[in-house]
Amino acid sequence: MYDVIIIGAGVSGCAVARELSAYKRKTAVLERSSDVCEGTSKANSGIVHAGYDAKPGTRKAALNLRGNILMESLSKQLDFPFQRNGSLVLCFEEAGRGKLEELLERGKENGVEGLRIVEREELAVLEPNLSDRVIAALYAPTGGIVCPFGLTIALAENASVNGVEFHLDTEVNKIVKIEEGYRLETSKGVFRTKVVVNAAGVYADVFHNMISGHKLHITPRKGEYCLFDKTMGGYVSHTVFQLPTKYGKGILVSPTVHGNLLVGPTAEDIADKEGVNTTASGLETVLERGEMSVGHLPAGKIITSFAGLRAHEEGNDFVIGEAEDAKGFIDVAGIESPGLTCAPAIGEYVAGIIQDILPAERKEDFIGERKGIFGMWEAGHEERKKMIHENPAYANVICRCELVTEGEIMDAIHRPLGATTVDGVKRRTRAGMGRCQSGFCAPKVVEILARELGRDIGEITKAGGNSGFLTR
Amino acid sequence: MRGYMDKKADIVIVGGGPAGLAAAAGACKEGVKADRICIVERDGELGGILNQCIHNGFGLHTFKEELTGPEYAARYIGQVEEMGIPCLLHTIVVDIRMEADGRKKVTVMNRSDGMFEIEAGAVILAMGCRERPRGALNIPGYRPAGIYSAGTAQHYVNIEGRMPGKEAVILGSGDIGLIMARRMTLEGAKVKLVAELMPYSGGLKRNIVQCLDDYGIPLKLSHTVVDIDGKERVKGVTVAEVDKNRRPVPGTEEYISCDTLLLSCGLIPENELSLDMGVALNPATSGPVVNESLETNIPGVFACGNVLHVHDLVDYVSEEAENAGKNAAVYVQGGKNKTGEESVAVRCGGGVRYTVPSIIHIAYMPEEQVIRFRVGNVYKNACLTVRFNDKVVMKMNKRVMAPGEMEQIKLKKNRLEEFEGLREITLSVQEEDS
Amino acid sequence: MQEKEKLPGGWPKKTELTCIRCPIGCMLTVTENQDGTIGVTGNTCSRGEEYGKKETKDPTRTVTSTMKVKNGTRPVVPVKTKGDIPKGKIADCMEALKRAEAEAPVRIGDILLKNVAGTGVDIVATKSIGKEKTD
Repeated sequence: MYDVIIIGAGVSGCAVARELSAYKRKTAVLERSSDVCEGTSKANSGIVHAGYDAKPGTRKAALNLRGNILMESLSKQLDFPFQRNGSLVLCFEEAGRGKLEELLERGKENGVEGLRIVEREELAVLEPNLSDRVIAALYAPTGGIVCPFGLTIALAENASVNGVEFHLDTEVNKIVKIEEGYRLETSKGVFRTKVVVNAAGVYADVFHNMISGHKLHITPRKGEYCLFDKTMGGYVSHTVFQLPTKYGKGILVSPTVHGNLLVGPTAEDIADKEGVNTTASGLETVLERGEMSVGHLPAGKIITSFAGLRAHEEGNDFVIGEAEDAKGFIDVAGIESPGLTCAPAIGEYVAGIIQDILPAERKEDFIGERKGIFGMWEAGHEERKKMIHENPAYANVICRCELVTEGEIMDAIHRPLGATTVDGVKRRTRAGMGRCQSGFCAPKVVEILARELGRDIGEITKAGGNSGFLTR
Repeated sequence: MRGYMDKKADIVIVGGGPAGLAAAAGACKEGVKADRICIVERDGELGGILNQCIHNGFGLHTFKEELTGPEYAARYIGQVEEMGIPCLLHTIVVDIRMEADGRKKVTVMNRSDGMFEIEAGAVILAMGCRERPRGALNIPGYRPAGIYSAGTAQHYVNIEGRMPGKEAVILGSGDIGLIMARRMTLEGAKVKLVAELMPYSGGLKRNIVQCLDDYGIPLKLSHTVVDIDGKERVKGVTVAEVDKNRRPVPGTEEYISCDTLLLSCGLIPENELSLDMGVALNPATSGPVVNESLETNIPGVFACGNVLHVHDLVDYVSEEAENAGKNAAVYVQGGKNKTGEESVAVRCGGGVRYTVPSIIHIAYMPEEQVIRFRVGNVYKNACLTVRFNDKVVMKMNKRVMAPGEMEQIKLKKNRLEEFEGLREITLSVQEEDS
Repeated sequence: MQEKEKLPGGWPKKTELTCIRCPIGCMLTVTENQDGTIGVTGNTCSRGEEYGKKETKDPTRTVTSTMKVKNGTRPVVPVKTKGDIPKGKIADCMEALKRAEAEAPVRIGDILLKNVAGTGVDIVATKSIGKEKTD
């Protein structure tokens, strides 16, 4: 019997797991994929929002501000990439100024610090590549960017080190209310638990509706993105949003923490909860609307495109809390933007709810810090020499685009909740994320995975399941 | 504790593929002592991509016989070994820095020696090229396993002895794609289609005949992949016809079930190191801008092979690289910094996409200068015109010219010397009126 | 592009093929007559005629592939037929290669399979493969 079972190892589930790992309870995370961070958390904008968007007084507004504040200290404790690069909301027409003022006021009410409107002349200095169509912008110095994989994996690893069990490749098929709590029937057998945390992303409604009469409806809202080469990384230094216009909801242009340029997302409600395919029209829209902000986006510099699904709930607010008619069943549902920003605060908040339901003592031996994978790409000569001296595998470059060595890949495989797939290695080390998109390193990564995991290369997959690389 | 080496060399060659090998041999033949040359190769053996190009058709120009890739490589590896030129295998060049005195500091690392610097008088860039990935093609759809560049598939089949799939569609009719269509077929896979975006193939004619026609594999020109299906592994692709502007024509979509999509959509010279050290690139080739000596804008830094411009025949790579090696030798034996010296520009007129070299210092050019170039379209009954300034000095008729086949002309030194006030040489191509 | 177009009575047989002797790629029409003579049209030089006749009467190819290696530093060794074999024998040749296995070390030029598929042509290694160290 578990005290708490969390369904879903995305950023919300992992944030809750990490908070809970500080308490003396038997806690597990069930994840249907072969790795953490395989759903919405792997395909989003990677933005730490300042907090001027949400309506004052809503849970979203409170969690956003708190998440924004927590993110910086958490990035130091758990060693994942985060930058407070500031953000701009661009206004393209005089008629839009009212909306800009509205955002400013809302932000102030939410407690966002340092917000101000900047005019064209100052913008030209802040962001020289902005298009001529921009007339003014809302500047939010507290806006930031984070590596969504880095954040999620760090939370998961730290939770794991502190005793939370992670059951991967474990799909929950059925939830039944039992006297002491809930029985979860999964692809890997039956789990019993006192408390369930439903952090299942676009599937959160499915699980909620299994035990509650107050039905939830989550719509997958597809967002398509284009990622540009690192030579475009300096094109903007702030995250650049747009005020919604008659052409639709805005598209952002932002540097990433690793120095690429990200443009997107579109917003399209779809029926398929697995529909992460990109479309020709979507990618066209991304470029077209992105160019409203920054003039020219050279299509030849795109290195990849992808789509993610936001879990959009009809009520437009996060659904976080114990279901009214299901004691001990806690929803963390409808976590769309700014969900990534809110994750640390959601973890804290949900841990509080559970503490009320099932009080437990804090562990004395809780390990609050975690060291990430050493990055040869960003290290200086002396640091590199030191690493190679300790382990010569750090001199063997596997991914030359991102300068990832065998040493880093071996670390990614052998650390807690280590990588077992090529995508897993990629998200932990960046091997294959560069401009050649793994053409050169994929066979080498497959070979290292096979060797380190004691398997044949034919058994190594891209992302688990039926995603094998070789057929013979 | 391992000792970090501190090496000095006359010439460091980055890359031990066909270009690097021939460059090393060229430098040695020109009088540089073998042990003052150093080849740095990231793989565990010399030969580069030739090791996986097990098909034949190499060496007809150089050796007057048809060799396979590994056999062609073995000839040059043999030469380099015989000369006693040292090679660092499993070694990657991290960066190259210029010293104030014009010498170069090449930082390398490998498992056995760690990270260390090699000081060099001259550097020859011979890193080759890489394939254009799916992301750069911006093909919409899912992102499942089963999408490979043709070269990656070639590595699996020919080096690892493994198969990347059972039923394949190939996008792009570049030579590697064509060769892989045959290779996959011979190994028992079904290649359902080769789709080519352009109205002509980028591959050699003989490959179309011997790799596709021989096995009844259809080639669809002016077609592209517009969607990829399959959430875990590829389940199929949608192919559609494209119009003159290379936009898919609605209504022409056809779904083809397959478990593998191979991409053979062009090669990109691998110039990260070059850019990092300040080498100027030509946007048309994505390779360095070079002069008659195959020297970049940085004195003493030379480039050859596919890092300079993508070749279709390795024989030309070897020839070019040997010259680069010889020129580097001349440079380290007291050659001059040509920066600022008078030069002639080689320009692309109509129809010509690029030329290599694009700058000629007449004083340093050989008696006969080879100018290699590619045209931007297919020309039938083409006329190639060479102009010195505005004056037409050469006209040549060609039955066919195509973007897939590299062309060359030779210019005699005395003709350039004799032409007074020569500032620029222009190459242009037009179709003859018929 | 090698579909044979049968005329009434079966003769003469006409075959269309692309000449590969130079980059021009002439479209040849090869006519096989009942008396065994062969005519080539569409060619623009004598090499085209020669190619058309050879491709029709006696098409041959060099086959390049790989063969498994036992105890090698690599799992397979690249190989080729030492000379051309009849085009119709390619499948048999591949079948024979699939069944064969070489023993490391292999030297470039080593004959790994004699008289493959009864063609009289040997299979030779096109690369040296060392013996795997067993330590």
